[in-house]
Amino acid sequence: MSAVQTATPFETVRTPDPASRPIKIHAAAVKVTYGQKEALHGVSIDIAEKAVTAFIGPSGCGKSTFLRCINRMNDTIAGARVEGTITLDDRNIYDPDLDVVELRARVGMVFQKPNPFPKSIFDNVAYGPRIHGLARSKADLEEIVVTSLQRASLFNEVKDRLNEPGTGLSGGQQQRLCIARAIAVSPEVILMDEPCSALDPIATAKVEELIDELRANFTIVIVTHSMQQAARVSQRTAFFHLGHLIEEGPTDHVFTNPLEQRTQDYITGRFG
Amino acid sequence: MGPLWLLALIAGLSFFGFILGHWKSVVLSGKGRSTLAARPGYYGAYVLIWTAMPALLILVALSIARPLLAEHTVRANLPQQVLDNPTQLSLEISGVEQVAAGLKTATPEELENIRIGVVTARSVFAGHGLPLGEDVRPYQLIAASALNLVSDGLDTAVDIAVVAALAFGLIFAFMRVKPRLRARNLVENTVLALLIAASSVAVLTTIGIVLSLLFQALQFFSMVSPINFYFGTVWDPRFAAAGSTESGQFGFLPLFWGTIYISFFAMLVAVPIGLFSAVYMAEYATSKVRSIAKPLIEVLAGIPTIVYGFFALTTVGPLIRDYVAVPLGLGTSGNNVITAGLVMGIMIIPYVSSLSDDIITAVPRSLRDGSLALGATRSETMRQVIMPAALPGVVGAVLLAMSRAIGETMIVVLAAGVAARASLNPFAEMTTITVKIVNQLTGDLEFTSPQTLVAFALGITLFVITLGLNVLALTIVRKYREQYE
Repeated sequence: MSAVQTATPFETVRTPDPASRPIKIHAAAVKVTYGQKEALHGVSIDIAEKAVTAFIGPSGCGKSTFLRCINRMNDTIAGARVEGTITLDDRNIYDPDLDVVELRARVGMVFQKPNPFPKSIFDNVAYGPRIHGLARSKADLEEIVVTSLQRASLFNEVKDRLNEPGTGLSGGQQQRLCIARAIAVSPEVILMDEPCSALDPIATAKVEELIDELRANFTIVIVTHSMQQAARVSQRTAFFHLGHLIEEGPTDHVFTNPLEQRTQDYITGRFG
Repeated sequence: MGPLWLLALIAGLSFFGFILGHWKSVVLSGKGRSTLAARPGYYGAYVLIWTAMPALLILVALSIARPLLAEHTVRANLPQQVLDNPTQLSLEISGVEQVAAGLKTATPEELENIRIGVVTARSVFAGHGLPLGEDVRPYQLIAASALNLVSDGLDTAVDIAVVAALAFGLIFAFMRVKPRLRARNLVENTVLALLIAASSVAVLTTIGIVLSLLFQALQFFSMVSPINFYFGTVWDPRFAAAGSTESGQFGFLPLFWGTIYISFFAMLVAVPIGLFSAVYMAEYATSKVRSIAKPLIEVLAGIPTIVYGFFALTTVGPLIRDYVAVPLGLGTSGNNVITAGLVMGIMIIPYVSSLSDDIITAVPRSLRDGSLALGATRSETMRQVIMPAALPGVVGAVLLAMSRAIGETMIVVLAAGVAARASLNPFAEMTTITVKIVNQLTGDLEFTSPQTLVAFALGITLFVITLGLNVLALTIVRKYREQYE
């Protein structure tokens, strides 16, 4: 079955957005090759502004690879090559003139495993603003840190121990710290690569709640293995399989009324 | 039989025992009376161990006891006036041993001639290719024949004991091979014992080295007070002339200063270069460049230090003298601290770079990604995230390199000279603790004078310094490891 799919030219099934949100990111025919192996076979998708878009699909389907294209984190992998175009606010992010540092300041990322730096909680959050020179004074920096922690719903839990190491927090707190760290550089887009896969259900619920709140100010793209999570937090869902984007559309539509057989199979647990 | 024959016999019979044990267990299980408690190989090994172990232990024990018994025999047969002269005693004993060896070569006829005094023992032995330094004295002949008698008896005793142990072990173990015998336990315990023995050799050697240093050093401190030694500022041990009562001055501080000063310059070279190349290797170099460059850097550690020494002596030293020291008016010698530090620093670059590289590479990728995803550049990531995380390990690497620098001798002799002096001028000749140890232990030695014994005091001090650095380094490295596991 897989051989047939990869061999045939591919057409993604799309259902338009009823809310007609503005488009933040536009990807056209994105191909990613690691060495000899093509991991993504030409993905085109529009990602709506100030909404949560969920990427779902079985392991190895290319959803994380595509996510990492959006802030060019694939550049850090030796042998990775990206073709096609991705525009952010109509500007091609693979343009040679584009400063990748600036891009990553606009497109933040939260990883699968919480990865706080071995620094204090304060310094973890202040790291981004410091390297980008976002704060004009110490008070300014403190305000950014406090606001970011508040927006990541972590401030009340850590306000008395901002100088303790971030690695000493619980897994869920660490992940919210990483979200606060990403928010602190005021990005426009936040990419989340399975942000809850290392967390327990309570911590997961908190992070999901947080994602829902962040939607008001940020464009969020989240990769998840949990279909319930995708259904709970996202407005739009994209289903990836074997390096293809199979189907994308409004989340409730994709989950209740998938147009593609494979989408239906996946969300009903037939494979994956 | 000689010990080699005995060892061969032990090996042969043990192998035979293995076959027997294996065979018996297979036969027993084949009869179907019950299943075996272990695989047949374990039964073979069981018999093998029982055959070889007791015999080997007896052989080792008797081999250790033999020279002691032989010496005891010789002493018992030496006249009192020889025994009363303790300084000559060991010479006398080895003399007797030579005569005993000579007696073994002589034919019975010649022995008879020696006994009745027709020929001298010395000429007979010389005829058999065993020249002696002086004529054989009568008491030596007596002691030598007694020694031969006892050692022949001992040889036979060893043979009998070993053969008996072999036979007993083989038969005993073979009889005990039964299906329910827990043969695995003995084999496992033997393996454990072997492993423990191997590790104890290393530990015991260290203890032995420390003790041998310690006793001689204590002897030194009974002649020169530790306060004069550790706080003395003049190193002038004089020569250990026979009968001289003057012992000179043994000030440790100039040597200590020289060691620290030279090591300081070595670290000044090695740490930045080593660290930067480690950062390049770990973070920037492609895997292809890395796979070529890393071994090339490590070659530096494999160059013999004497080669570095003459590189310093013939190239670096004169260059620094002619182009730096003389124009600045700071010195006129090709031997100086800067040269030694520079060349030694180059030598220890790989210690810093290789270890730091491993440590930097061990920093989790997720931290790099986290920093890069925030829009940090690679060098910002390096400075602010990776280096702080790797720092404890890097410090450990630097300390290890430093203890290497402190212990270095050859480069110092050739590059900085042997003059013990405490000066701030880096273009002056200076020397280190290890060089002075070599100095004091070269030539004719008398292990009772402070001139010689001071080497042991220096040695144990150096040992304590480097041990302290190593312990510090290991503690830091261990602490670092806990952070990610």
